[in-house]
Amino acid sequence: MANYKDLIASQQGKKGGIIEAFHAIQSEYNYIPKEALEEAAKVFGMSEAKAYGVATFYSYLSTEKRGKYIIRMCESAPCHVAGADAVIKAIENYLGIATGQTTADGKFTLELTECIGQCQATPVITVNSEPIFNVTPDMIPSILSAYK
Amino acid sequence: MEEMRILLKYADQINPESAQDYIKVGGYKGLEKARLMEKKALIEEVKKSGLRGRGGAGFNAGMKWSFVPQDAPVKYVVCNLDEGEPGTYKDRIICEKNAHALLEGMAICGAAIGSDQGYIYCRGEYPFIVKLLKNAVQSAKQAGALGNFDIEVRMGAGAYVCGEETALIESIEGHRGEPRFKPPFPGVAGLWGVPTVVNNVETFACLPYILTNGAQWFATIGAAKYPGTKVVTLTGDIVNATYFEVPTNMTLRDVIFKLGGGIKNGKKFKAVQVGGTSGAFIPEENLDTPIDFDSMGTIGAALGSGAVLVLDETRDIVDTVARITKFFEHESCGKCNPCREGTFRMREMVQKVNEGKGTERDLESILLLARVMRRASLCGLGQAAPIPVESTIKHFKYEYMRKLI
Amino acid sequence: MISLKIDGKEIQVPRGTMLLEACRKAGADLPTLCYDEDLRLAGSCRMCVVEAKGRPNLLAACVMPAENGMDIQTESPDVVEARKVILELLTARHKFDCHVCEKDGECKLQDYCYRYGVKESRFSGEGPHFYKEDPNPFIERDYDKCIMCTRCVRACEEITGADAINLEDRGHHAKISTAFNGILADSTCVFCGQCVMVCPVGALTSKVSAGKGKAAQNKKVLTTCTYCGTGCTLELNVNNDKVVGVTSNRDREYSPVNKGALCVKGRFGWDFIHSPERLTTPLIRENGELRPASWEEALDYAAGKLSGIKEKYGADTLAMFTSARVTNEENYLAQKFMRAAIGTNNVDHCARL
Ligand SMILES: Cc1cc2nc3c(=O)[nH]c(=O)nc-3n(C[C@H](O)[C@H](O)[C@H](O)COP(=O)(O)O)c2cc1C
Ligand code: SF4
Ligand code: FES
Repeated sequence: MANYKDLIASQQGKKGGIIEAFHAIQSEYNYIPKEALEEAAKVFGMSEAKAYGVATFYSYLSTEKRGKYIIRMCESAPCHVAGADAVIKAIENYLGIATGQTTADGKFTLELTECIGQCQATPVITVNSEPIFNVTPDMIPSILSAYK
Repeated sequence: MEEMRILLKYADQINPESAQDYIKVGGYKGLEKARLMEKKALIEEVKKSGLRGRGGAGFNAGMKWSFVPQDAPVKYVVCNLDEGEPGTYKDRIICEKNAHALLEGMAICGAAIGSDQGYIYCRGEYPFIVKLLKNAVQSAKQAGALGNFDIEVRMGAGAYVCGEETALIESIEGHRGEPRFKPPFPGVAGLWGVPTVVNNVETFACLPYILTNGAQWFATIGAAKYPGTKVVTLTGDIVNATYFEVPTNMTLRDVIFKLGGGIKNGKKFKAVQVGGTSGAFIPEENLDTPIDFDSMGTIGAALGSGAVLVLDETRDIVDTVARITKFFEHESCGKCNPCREGTFRMREMVQKVNEGKGTERDLESILLLARVMRRASLCGLGQAAPIPVESTIKHFKYEYMRKLI
Repeated sequence: MISLKIDGKEIQVPRGTMLLEACRKAGADLPTLCYDEDLRLAGSCRMCVVEAKGRPNLLAACVMPAENGMDIQTESPDVVEARKVILELLTARHKFDCHVCEKDGECKLQDYCYRYGVKESRFSGEGPHFYKEDPNPFIERDYDKCIMCTRCVRACEEITGADAINLEDRGHHAKISTAFNGILADSTCVFCGQCVMVCPVGALTSKVSAGKGKAAQNKKVLTTCTYCGTGCTLELNVNNDKVVGVTSNRDREYSPVNKGALCVKGRFGWDFIHSPERLTTPLIRENGELRPASWEEALDYAAGKLSGIKEKYGADTLAMFTSARVTNEENYLAQKFMRAAIGTNNVDHCARL
């Protein structure tokens, strides 16, 4: 796993690029650890309070530990009318967690998201940002069992 | 009426990352031409084409550029690829099919306003588009197609409000994506305080074709006051849930029934929401309206991003609107009072009605709140958030009434 | 100069003047919550909205430059409706305990609700709770009363430069917070209390003054802080002949040195005034114990000791170190005493406390 200091340093040349640095950190850690946020604030010349404000503003950034695979269920109107609610329930049942939680083994985190721009094939979920199309509740076990 | 493909003419026939492929089908000719023109004449040409912003506000592109002070030492060209409006994915399609048209369009804008640095702000939901665009920029540089114009791609992180141009600028600067008050407009004081042009992907992608074929050619396509084509994305209860590039004078009915193939499963039409989740719901009787900006305005709707969400006769309007109010509650940046508190209370009240617990007084409160949010919010998010609610109470009031206590 | 009409009155203002100022010049009293003339503009509370003829949207006067030919209404039915709804939205999230609130009588939210007759809110559902338990001795952080004007954040950043607080989260979950929503002692906070100074409601208050008198019950006595040589202006809050607090006077005319800004000592370090531990007579140490003495006896004692040391060891074995808490005149006398009476140049000063 890359060191967070190196990840931040790799984005240092980008003016105002703290969000790019957060992305780089998350691509390794799946969340932004406290020390990494403090380091990023220092490197980008921002107070820690402000950097924390940035990290908590965006719904794809997290300052809390998350699972290895982040499942996001789109629940915007096009996916909603296509049956997103039933899919959420199916995922919750399959994983035994509520939306917003992480499974005990640290494998999956389930989040809701707004439209991800794949509305030609609703309902859509993403797993670590990979979209999966036309999802129905009965597809959930086979989709999720593929993630090891 | 049929599709008319300009931006998407070579869709799936060329490799979107490859500058060579794009050049083979006539690409980067427009930029060449633009570079030979005087800045003023170039802006004049774009103005004359009648090209209006495809990001929602419908502002004349050349006019916007003309507000940029020519003598400023540093200026930026920013492409809005935040595409957060639910039901919209046309900017993604344009990138996936014809990314170099976007890059060329940005460089043309750079030539017009005298800027050599562009930024593309791509939503965090499209990491694969970020990759595609980075490769495309690389390819264009290798081919020497962009000259001294440089483009950096930045990625958002899940915030619809960052599609608002000043929030987008804040986000590129590494801040919370909270909109700024206007004036000053970005054209005068934008990214890092310097003059900045922000345009939508589709707006930029039209430019190469305008320059190559002439403003006159573009001005005669589609609706006179909003010329050109528009990429629309069809979702909901529609047979062909996909995208189409259509001339802007096509009627909604043709979009839905001719191209879209009509309502799925042989059901009847109930309503269509145009322009994404912040758009108005339109009933059957208004379907013969052309989709251009001004015609939509006459029926109290907006073309917006070109998303078309079709609902069949079995759909529960109030339930759909309740879900939409949740979207705005989730996406409000929280800066201004009418929107931060208003989107929250609006969701609360509409949900209450949807659950059959509302009263007529709630409906009154909803309309009062809607009016104030629309007129007193700081940015377009809070101003547009009540539109789906108001338009459905106007056109589908009985659906609300039957749920009241 | 440009001309515009405000509530029917023609006025002229220099180009670039904000509508808020123009309206005030025309005699209109616009309500504001987020506006603070010492801070960067926010334009976020929307209380200052006015109506401009021919424009569909209301304009936030604090961030809207006046334009030639504008026709402005500052209390039209639509403006009043918007302000009322905004107040109702705020009161729906604001914890109302005015009867025990330190800010009672000096609270902008209270004043505006009174002005617009807002008795209760139609928006009364559930909402998130933001109260923050913070064990520091100075600043109470009851964000259940916060109205999100962000003046505290801007004051912390722009006046003090401590950058201790910012926002956490977004939308109606957004709240004022330090990094990782911690306590102030773990942040870069210096407890200057500039945030308390700018808070228009009772969300940020002084713990030192709590329960000793509501803002509106206290008499405010303008004076100069005695802690250091900077000489900041402050107001002693006096209740029943007792000092119960310190607040800022931000008027430049009265507070030219500090414009209301204070440090932790000036704002919160006044409770010694009525402290029972305070010395009221001189004390002389005898056999390791302190005993009270009269001024006469104490001064004679000190003079005798000083003369003795000087005679025995020479004047340069003595030195005077004065405090920033005494006046210039006293400092002058102190050095004069050392140079003329004792005969040494060993004089120094702590400069700042
Ligand atoms: C809440 C909100 C979201 C927006 N989202 C987008 C967006 O995703 N893409 C976009 O191009 N414009 C969006 N806009 C419009 C932009 O603010 C801006 O008007 C546009 O990018 C200008 O480009 P254009 O003139 O080419 O349309 C949004 C506006 C608001 C108020
Ligand atoms: S209208 Fe909403 S999104 Fe826009 S500034 Fe206000 S709170 Fe933020
Ligand atoms: S005082 Fe103008 S918006 Fe707050």
